[in-house]
Amino acid sequence: MVNPMNKVTIENLSLEYSDGAESLRGINLNIPANAISVLFGPAGGGKSSLLRILNRLNDLADVKTVRGKVLIDGQNILEPGVDVIALRRKVGMVFARPVPLPLSMRANLTYGLELAGEHRAAVLAEAVERSLTQAALWDEVKDRLDEPAAALSGGQQQRLCLARVLALQPEIIMLDEPTSGLDPISTSKVEASLQKLKTQYTIILVPHSVQQAARTADYAGFFLQGELVEWAPGRAIFSTPRDKRTEDYVVGRFG
Amino acid sequence: MNKSVFARQLTQKIGYGLLTLLTLLTVLPILYIIGRILLQGAPAALSWEFLFTFPRDGMKAGGIWPAIVGTIYLTLGTALFSVPLGLGAAIYLSEYAPNNRWTRLIRLAIINLAGIPSVVYGLFGLGLFVLFLKLGVSILAGSLTLSIMTLPVIISTAEEALRAVPQAFRVVSISLGATKWQTIRRIVLPQALPGILTGVILGLERAAGETAPILFTAASFFLPRLPGSPLDATMALPYHLFVISTQVPGMPLRIQFGTALVLLVFVLSMNLAATVIRSRARAARQW
Amino acid sequence: MPQQTEQWREMLINWLIKISGYSAIVFVTLIFFFLIRESLPGFSPETFSRLAGSRWYPIEQYYGLAPLIAGSIMVTLGAALVAIPLGLGTAIFIAEIAPRWVREILKPLVEILAGLPSVVLGFLGILSLSPWVRETMNLPTGLTAFSGSLLLGMTSLPTIVSVAEDALDAVPRSYRDASLALGATELQTIFLVTLPAARSGVFTAVMLGLGRAIGETIMVMMVTGNAAMIPNSLFSPVRTMTATIAAEMGEVAKGSEHYHVLFLIGLTLFVISLLVNLTASSVIMRQQKRAERVLS
Repeated sequence: MVNPMNKVTIENLSLEYSDGAESLRGINLNIPANAISVLFGPAGGGKSSLLRILNRLNDLADVKTVRGKVLIDGQNILEPGVDVIALRRKVGMVFARPVPLPLSMRANLTYGLELAGEHRAAVLAEAVERSLTQAALWDEVKDRLDEPAAALSGGQQQRLCLARVLALQPEIIMLDEPTSGLDPISTSKVEASLQKLKTQYTIILVPHSVQQAARTADYAGFFLQGELVEWAPGRAIFSTPRDKRTEDYVVGRFG
Repeated sequence: MNKSVFARQLTQKIGYGLLTLLTLLTVLPILYIIGRILLQGAPAALSWEFLFTFPRDGMKAGGIWPAIVGTIYLTLGTALFSVPLGLGAAIYLSEYAPNNRWTRLIRLAIINLAGIPSVVYGLFGLGLFVLFLKLGVSILAGSLTLSIMTLPVIISTAEEALRAVPQAFRVVSISLGATKWQTIRRIVLPQALPGILTGVILGLERAAGETAPILFTAASFFLPRLPGSPLDATMALPYHLFVISTQVPGMPLRIQFGTALVLLVFVLSMNLAATVIRSRARAARQW
Repeated sequence: MPQQTEQWREMLINWLIKISGYSAIVFVTLIFFFLIRESLPGFSPETFSRLAGSRWYPIEQYYGLAPLIAGSIMVTLGAALVAIPLGLGTAIFIAEIAPRWVREILKPLVEILAGLPSVVLGFLGILSLSPWVRETMNLPTGLTAFSGSLLLGMTSLPTIVSVAEDALDAVPRSYRDASLALGATELQTIFLVTLPAARSGVFTAVMLGLGRAIGETIMVMMVTGNAAMIPNSLFSPVRTMTATIAAEMGEVAKGSEHYHVLFLIGLTLFVISLLVNLTASSVIMRQQKRAERVLS
């Protein structure tokens, strides 16, 4: 039943917050491995909520009900017995605003690994270099890794946050409007990194604009008021949307 | 027209003058108290003998060493109990507590603890620690009593410091696979530390200066030797000042002022430390 | 296996934190329980009638509370007369009038006053205030309710100043601007707009300050003369409830009627502070709710 190409399978997922805020209704979705899947749509459509379900970050929020199934590699992660910590190592997340932890750059990168019990200096050093290289930041910071991460520029901070996720060697990387606060040059650096990373990882991106969605998407889903209106492979959704609502949004009639 | 403008300006002037006067009436006595104790206490307090020897001749000569040591013991003893408990409670309120009736009750209890008169703490300490738990009049009983009294100060300042740490740090830490406690220990606590420290010092400052709570739980009029265990009674600076200014006739002023100055320096240096920590941390903060 | 010990440790820590969280409730309950346990059960029927008497003279089993209550009320009211105008005046001065550099001097000074041990105030009270009171008022002794009130007023000042100043600071700038734009003078703005807008915070400040005054012990004991009689003026010596406990508990036989009565006084003080704080905090909470409604 589970297609091996599909990393994540979402079946009839519904979510409600206690305060009645943004929720999800009956989402069915297959997210393929080794591709960039873009979730786009106006604010409040449920994209961020969906991301926060995939790594169970929603456990921190005031959730009223969650129904349905979310299968990652065939395992339903919404079941009570799931090892949430292991799940979060496997499903990394980059947030809209870069949040370097108040530590040195190096400590930011090794934070997750150390929590997982990894203390071998060689392994940590390797992870630092590999992740920074993947995030296209190594050359800029390799000589000052022990300075506070807050000293970096906004664009560098966001790439550090991406590297911090990569250091854990996750399988899925989720990015929630990762370039919304960045200049065009930093944005293109991040997008270029993603194109390289998709060969090894499953990437789920909530873009900050339709243009970015169109630039990056291998698969794309349009979310409106908690519903998945349309899901399509490739960039077809941007040129020939099937649903009227998608079309209106893509051409800029609202949003 | 001109007249009314003039009148209005006059009222304004009188009003401001009155407010300034009230402020001066508040501030000048403080300066007087500090100045007088500083001037008259310095001759005694600056002598080695006064600070580091025992009282002699019915306390009319010699020094106040055992009272200094006793106050240090009581302050440290208070810290021993109130810091872990107060910090734990602050962490609970800031990081764990759900927004429900029980949490509101906890907050109400803390507000009430803060308002209970110090002598009532003394009674409670006498009833629970000295008599019921049979700790006797001792440093231990006194420290426990003072701990409960300082708890509200520590809890409320520490909670405020914890809450000031941006929520985003917690979310990021959790998303990287940290547990709640790992997040608190590695990220939240270090960031809140200066604020917590400020609260702890302010709480202990109050404990160090209080007399009523130790009156029947720890304090002794005079001891020929330093306390040897936590179960011994002790002399203490505030109680000593109380004794020599009310109970001993013909007490030399030099010794009274000297004791007051030592107590004042003890307490105000804690106050200063708290202020310095707070302002430095504010300057160094990255968020 | 290490994963599992880790999990146990985390669970243990979470429990310890939760227990610490609830400790405040436990302590308030314990204090209440011990005050009752050491007072009421030890009473004989006669004790209650003795409490109602108008004389406090424990050696002859006179346990009339009236003089002590009167003493406490008198010094607290006296303290209010001193602390309310001085405290509010200073708070207004700091929050509304003083230039920044003056504020930077005044605020630490008030904090120092908050940190002054009350025994130090009592000491100077005996040494300089009471002789001055005796001479200027031409009294037999300077250790009177009046001296106590003056010093008590000082001890409640820091609370009143800082809470009231916070309340004034919280009044939105736009209120003041609107008032000034309508042609009010700065003084009129303070008294007709800012102060009324901050009234519940100011009320809380006064309540908490006076709550502190009622509970003050050692300093009151040192400067009020300790005469357990119903005072006929502010210039006669008095004895407060707190001072009575502090002065007599040391010499009383455990388990005696006198001992139980002293605990009853403690219980009374506990209940008073409970009421004061509940009133003050309910005002704050109501205020917060209103603020939430306005914001949402």
